Amino acid sequence: MDKTVNQKAWFLVLPVFLVVAFSAILPLMTVVNYSMQDTFGNNQFFWNGVGWFKELLDPSTDLGGRFLASLGRNLFFSAVILAIEVPLGIVVALSMPREGWSVAACLVILALPLLIPWNVVGTIWQIFGRPDIGLLGYVLNSVGINYNYVSNDVDAWITVIVMDVWHWTSLVALLCYAGLKSIPDAYYQAAQIDGASRWAVFKAIQLPKMHRVLLIAVLLRFMDSFMIYTEPFVVTGGGPGNSTTFISIELVKIALGQFDLGKAAALSLVYNLIILIVCWVFYTVMTNAGADRPAKEGAA
Amino acid sequence: MHSIPGRRLIMALFLIFLLLPIYWLVNMSFKTNTEIVSTMTLWPHTPTLQHYRRIFTDESWYSGYINSLEYVIINTIISISVALPAAYAFSRYRFLGDKHLFFWLLSNRMAPAAVYALPFFNLYSAIGLFDTPWAVALAHCIFNVPLAVWILEGFVSGVPREIDETAFLDGYSFPRFFIKILVPLIASGIGVAAFFCFMFSWVELLLARTLTSVDAKPIAAVMTRTVSAAGMDWGLLSAAGVLTIIPGALVIWFVRNYIARGFALGRV
Repeated sequence: MDKTVNQKAWFLVLPVFLVVAFSAILPLMTVVNYSMQDTFGNNQFFWNGVGWFKELLDPSTDLGGRFLASLGRNLFFSAVILAIEVPLGIVVALSMPREGWSVAACLVILALPLLIPWNVVGTIWQIFGRPDIGLLGYVLNSVGINYNYVSNDVDAWITVIVMDVWHWTSLVALLCYAGLKSIPDAYYQAAQIDGASRWAVFKAIQLPKMHRVLLIAVLLRFMDSFMIYTEPFVVTGGGPGNSTTFISIELVKIALGQFDLGKAAALSLVYNLIILIVCWVFYTVMTNAGADRPAKEGAA
Repeated sequence: MHSIPGRRLIMALFLIFLLLPIYWLVNMSFKTNTEIVSTMTLWPHTPTLQHYRRIFTDESWYSGYINSLEYVIINTIISISVALPAAYAFSRYRFLGDKHLFFWLLSNRMAPAAVYALPFFNLYSAIGLFDTPWAVALAHCIFNVPLAVWILEGFVSGVPREIDETAFLDGYSFPRFFIKILVPLIASGIGVAAFFCFMFSWVELLLARTLTSVDAKPIAAVMTRTVSAAGMDWGLLSAAGVLTIIPGALVIWFVRNYIARGFALGRV
């Protein structure tokens, strides 16, 4: 559908622009301002130039060390949950019932974890994993596996990862299911006539058709896992030690815990820049995938 | 042909994996604290409603739910009302900077809440909105307005342009066309967008907690109070958790076919 050029459309967009600008640009200016200054309290500020940024990127300083360590943990976390959630999500989507009431029932149960407040997700796993009162922790310990997410790093990591898989795999599954549903029956009939194996059907029909939704799923999961805060904070509080302290947790600790405005602001800007770059990739991929879609369908 | 061997088993196992932790929370909420701490029981042997009774009678508890609902509802109304005209504009017209604006909105949806926590705190303290539902409602607009724009844009694009043109030929003014014709046509889309604004504002904790202290404290912040000198009040915490799941569970049935769309920013 061709859109007409109409500059008056700006009037329709203006309310959105104002509301979002108020909550995005104004605060961001404060951050930029703080990131160049140092404060010793009493609202006295001193010019610090790019000092904080230098410190941030230098692993030998306290700030730099903390930032790079939490960045590393975040990247590792994102990689692990993507490696689990994407294949699992595809398998679950392929396992959806074909028709009848069970489709609706499965959709509802799948969507349930997505709609639980994030701190309650944390609470659920905090309770479920405890060795004394939680089913998971109790069962694991009674079969002889020594599991305690409060004191053991590895157990804490496993808990946080399983929690994320529990929370978000449904999203990948629902997106893939939406992609699968858009495949016309004729494709399957053609494959049946050709005597294609199930694997061939998956590789030649289903996977290419899920390509777009999978991209969206991967990018969404990457971004959201990159800014994860509430769930690990509730379960482990970033511990034991610093082992599950992700960037957001570190940032809140510096900003609202120590009120170290300059450091927090510099960290915020770098963090935001990373997000912005990933976001740009996301946008480009999304618009390109959207642009060549009608052409492909026209050819098919 | 759609599916794979053993699909019933895989689905069943996955659903059990999803439901088991939730069941455990519900289970805990009906137990007395003595039963929770002293024995491991798969279902409540001496079921009690004491935790729920406490939440519904203690003002510091139920006011948490009211505060949360207040800012969530204000946020949903603001988001939908500003997003509607914008969605129409994005769907129908090309204008200076439209693509950049779209990208800018996306980048705000993706911005980490932790980055904004401190500046929001300063901003809303300076204009005297700190510790009111308005502060949280406005803060949540940063991710809900873009979301609403996208979802609604998809639905507006589903309305044929001929309808606009016919309405204008019939002498409808733009506001009248918008309210009398367009809004009823995309009513289901508005419902879906409102649901997602409601949901994303409801599940967010960090900003809501940072921008409130006493009067507008959300339920998520109240829940952290269950830690006391006497140890954790697990039963009460579970009951409060179960109650926060209910709003989502109630409407989930009506939006089940739109879940993927809402989470993928209307792109599926």
